[in-house]
Amino acid sequence: MREMAYYEAKLEGLREALAGDERVCLIGGSFMSQSPRRGLFSEIQKSFRDRILSVPISELGYCGLATGAAMGGLRPIVDLSTGSFVYEAWPQVVNEAANAFYMSGGQTRAPVVFHVFHGVRGGGAAQHSGSPQAMFWNAPGLEIVLPSSPRDVKGLLKAAVRSDNPTIFVDHVGLLEVRGTVPDDEVIPFGQADVKRSGSDVTVIATSLMVQRSLSAAEQLAREGIQVEVVDPRTLVPLDMATLLASVKKTGRVVIVDECHKSCGVAAEIAARIAEEGFEMLKAPIRRVATYDVPVPYSPPLEEFIAPSEARIAGAIRAAVR
Amino acid sequence: MGEALAIPTVRKRDDGYRRTAPQPILQDAPVSNAPRLVKVRAILPKKSRRKKLRASREEQREWLSLLRMMWLIRAFEERVSELFARGQISGLLHLGIGQEGVAAGACGALRPDDYVFGGHRAHAHAIAKGADPNRLMAELAGRAAGYCRGKGGSMHVVAMDAGFVTATGVVGGTIPLALGAAFVGKEKRQGQVAVVFFGDGAGQVGAFHESLNIASLWKLPVIFVCENNGYAEFTPLSAHTLVSRLADHARTYGMPNSTIDGNDVLAVKEAIGAAVARARAGKGPAFVECLTYRLRGHYEGDPAKYRELSEVTGWKSKDPIGRFSAVLKKKRAVSPEEMAQAECDARARVEEAAQFALSAPWPEPEEVASQVYA
Repeated sequence: MREMAYYEAKLEGLREALAGDERVCLIGGSFMSQSPRRGLFSEIQKSFRDRILSVPISELGYCGLATGAAMGGLRPIVDLSTGSFVYEAWPQVVNEAANAFYMSGGQTRAPVVFHVFHGVRGGGAAQHSGSPQAMFWNAPGLEIVLPSSPRDVKGLLKAAVRSDNPTIFVDHVGLLEVRGTVPDDEVIPFGQADVKRSGSDVTVIATSLMVQRSLSAAEQLAREGIQVEVVDPRTLVPLDMATLLASVKKTGRVVIVDECHKSCGVAAEIAARIAEEGFEMLKAPIRRVATYDVPVPYSPPLEEFIAPSEARIAGAIRAAVR
Repeated sequence: MGEALAIPTVRKRDDGYRRTAPQPILQDAPVSNAPRLVKVRAILPKKSRRKKLRASREEQREWLSLLRMMWLIRAFEERVSELFARGQISGLLHLGIGQEGVAAGACGALRPDDYVFGGHRAHAHAIAKGADPNRLMAELAGRAAGYCRGKGGSMHVVAMDAGFVTATGVVGGTIPLALGAAFVGKEKRQGQVAVVFFGDGAGQVGAFHESLNIASLWKLPVIFVCENNGYAEFTPLSAHTLVSRLADHARTYGMPNSTIDGNDVLAVKEAIGAAVARARAGKGPAFVECLTYRLRGHYEGDPAKYRELSEVTGWKSKDPIGRFSAVLKKKRAVSPEEMAQAECDARARVEEAAQFALSAPWPEPEEVASQVYA
């Protein structure tokens, strides 16, 4: 086990993915967005020059190219960078990649990984702050992965390139500096949720950056005497309902935190499933904390207000235990 | 049947045709049964051509094989149309009757390990690439024995064992996919190429332009084959775009391109063959626009009121099978018996496929949830 930053774990995961399988190639940017850490990607670029391809501004074209290459036996990881840009590639991801295995009766696999940075990034405004994971959840055939810690990002990235299904790897620039311990050589299987913090009073189910915000809120609430359990599904598809329901059974109270817009967001689907499968365990209505159903504004105080903040999360938890 | 349908390997052709003056192919150009060599931009090497009176033995075999393939496609599409009319095949069906020359000629220039992608009118390309008519017909009939276990249907034909990677129900949907397959072919360094078929409608789609750009930038071994039949769904091409020759788009992206008579199966084979040879040699992509005509509506059931009967009749006389048969007869390359046998065998093969398909069991309900994830 080594202690390191998220961005270091991610770069290690990319390096090991490339070194471990010559079918893996990277298409697109640097996987570090415009963060100050993006220069570190150049080391990987030097080592694997032939397998890292830069592309013109043609998301639809290169996502289709990656899908076709995956059908032909390669394992590409496509970096679309800003999550909103995947909207340009929608037909190739949802109509071609997601449907390939089913529509072909099992003849064709499309083991391509689409990597995006989702959510509010600081000044991105409406067109650079999208969180497409909920929309992708509505397209059968795609696996959806959301790491929230250094250990998760490395282990899940390695699992993503091993998966035979088209995978949406949903990252967040707000996670890049998070520190944590990372074991060597871990491949985290999909469909395994992670209890990030144990507690007995309320279950907080969160994804991506919201896991970190929920953990901070939990720290604060512990001082108020509320013991919060934070459960991170890590993958939406496949979803580990068993772990989620075990936590609901333990606490009877649920708050779901997610950065998609509230309507039909990730929290909406998880809430529906808990209501269907765990109704008897509930002592209070399920609560959701999500980005408001408005386009993401530009000005910093407005942007700060729009996504689930620590304060909003804490407020929802207090309401759940009242 | 298998022997006659074997795809000939690509090799240099010693052309024996009389060369006529290059003529632009217009939809109202005079009908001629002599094969015409249309001026081809930047693809075919300049060669001297000697006059030949008879076809060589090899050519005879190859030409018979092309004729038999066109008949197989024609027979298949006509039978599918009948079954549709009788309600035994349902859904959206797009037939390529009248366009057989492009599929047969193009796939006749390929290797079994080349990758082929189609559009929504893709039965012909799948068959020409070597798909099994039994499994194809069963797929159209929604049976479990179909290529896609009844889950794909006409617009999503996949015959991976034959190298037909996929069709698509979305106009232009397979064009970027073909780039990916070409990329794999380039990396593997075994000379594989990718060929993607699409119609004139695809020239309006964003993916088309993005793909031409990337293909030429990366010098990918992909051949873009445009079957320009003058109609994008229900309207003539002129209602969609000012660019009447899709090959011009390729020129914009710096890609070698040509516009040829798509109903001349030998011209198709020659042009695609030359493009494929270039791509195998690492010289990058090419665009071949094949002018043709679909004799039926856009989909089965389309009353096609948007077309003049005289236009349809005019193109019937330029039917690729009819024209090629006349050429073969004139050159005495194939005997009348063999030509009649070609149609006979095709119809018999297709009948076998229809019997197979219609007597095959339906998928079990559990099939609905199977193979969503690998």
